[in-house]
Amino acid sequence: MNKDTKEILVGPLLLKNPITYQVLGICSALAVTTQLKTALVMSLALTAVTTFSNLAISLVRNRIPGSIRVITQLAIIAALVIAADQVMQAYLFDVSKQLSVFVGLIITNCIVMGRAEAYAMANPPLKSALDGFANGAGYSLILISVAVVRETFGSGKLLGYELAPTVTNGGWYVPNGLMILSPGAFFLIAIFIWVQRSISKSMQEKE
Amino acid sequence: MHLFNIFLKSAFIENMALAFFLGMCSFLAVSKKVETAIGLGAAVIFVLFITTPLNNLILQHVLAPGALGWISPKLETVDLTFIGFIAYIATIAAMTQIVEMAIDRYSPALYTALGVFLPLIAVNCAILGASLFMVQREYNLAESTVYGLGAGVGWALAIIALAAIRERMKYSNVPPALRGLGITFMVSGLMAMGFMIFAGIQL
Repeated sequence: MNKDTKEILVGPLLLKNPITYQVLGICSALAVTTQLKTALVMSLALTAVTTFSNLAISLVRNRIPGSIRVITQLAIIAALVIAADQVMQAYLFDVSKQLSVFVGLIITNCIVMGRAEAYAMANPPLKSALDGFANGAGYSLILISVAVVRETFGSGKLLGYELAPTVTNGGWYVPNGLMILSPGAFFLIAIFIWVQRSISKSMQEKE
Repeated sequence: MHLFNIFLKSAFIENMALAFFLGMCSFLAVSKKVETAIGLGAAVIFVLFITTPLNNLILQHVLAPGALGWISPKLETVDLTFIGFIAYIATIAAMTQIVEMAIDRYSPALYTALGVFLPLIAVNCAILGASLFMVQREYNLAESTVYGLGAGVGWALAIIALAAIRERMKYSNVPPALRGLGITFMVSGLMAMGFMIFAGIQL
């Protein structure tokens, strides 16, 4: 593995993370993370879609006319998302019901569009596919960590297994309702960004 | 009264940005100044108001099971709902393009105000989200028009409020690592908490 490939693969995981650094794909990162299970499925679907959309767009990048490139990219991405949605409905029906509209919203997930526009339009297919995969993995990393915190503290469970018996079931743990609700997700991501930017000072914004 | 309830519900209780996290990318990126936030907010209201009912028509007359029966009886068993995503996003992308050209032709003043934001809107998840919610909740044409308008108003309200807070934040001493993106998330979280007050309202 040469240095270039390594940078493509490792960069988006930590320092150039699509969510905390590039501010892409936040909608779904917040909405599907109340449970670890939905977050895992969403991560898989998004990683598959970014990898293949980057590959496909990079393959045809020299043939796309500049004026209609957004619609072309959207059509490719939408076709891939339909495929992902159909697979999920066939094999993971209950999770796909829980995710509701957010599977469809992968189409407008800024990570997919953003990487297609910023990377796949200017780089060869194999590198683009790697970049798509790495960004999908970076997204998954944040999604899964947020989901672990939210499910553990919000309902005392992880992947449906009880970690701490809740008061309603005769146990001792009082679930933190805020974690399940939307403000909890905002605060958690803010804390992640805070930690990340305290560690690497170069990422701090000047005002 | 039923339609008015849908409007209130979509604008406040189920606020697109703060309850469903839709349109977050532009919500965080374009909320540095109140002026630009108002521009983007107005554009989103406009596009949602047009595309939601339009997608409803497409669903009812093209995609729904048996909707193509008027062409020939053979097509009565055709169910095209699975290609919904591609149809809705194509409609949205095409509509934003047409709206942009129409505004440019008839109202140059509005065009200069909204111009930059219109192309961005095609990939704003709030727009596609509204269409998908409309499908999921099986709204009819009137309901989806009101829903589109309400969702747009709610989103615009949230982004303008956030921009106003961020303008004021210049005067406060935020920890360096939290500056910019981090503190914006905190503020949005607090705003989401504020909007939760509406959740108790029974309509």
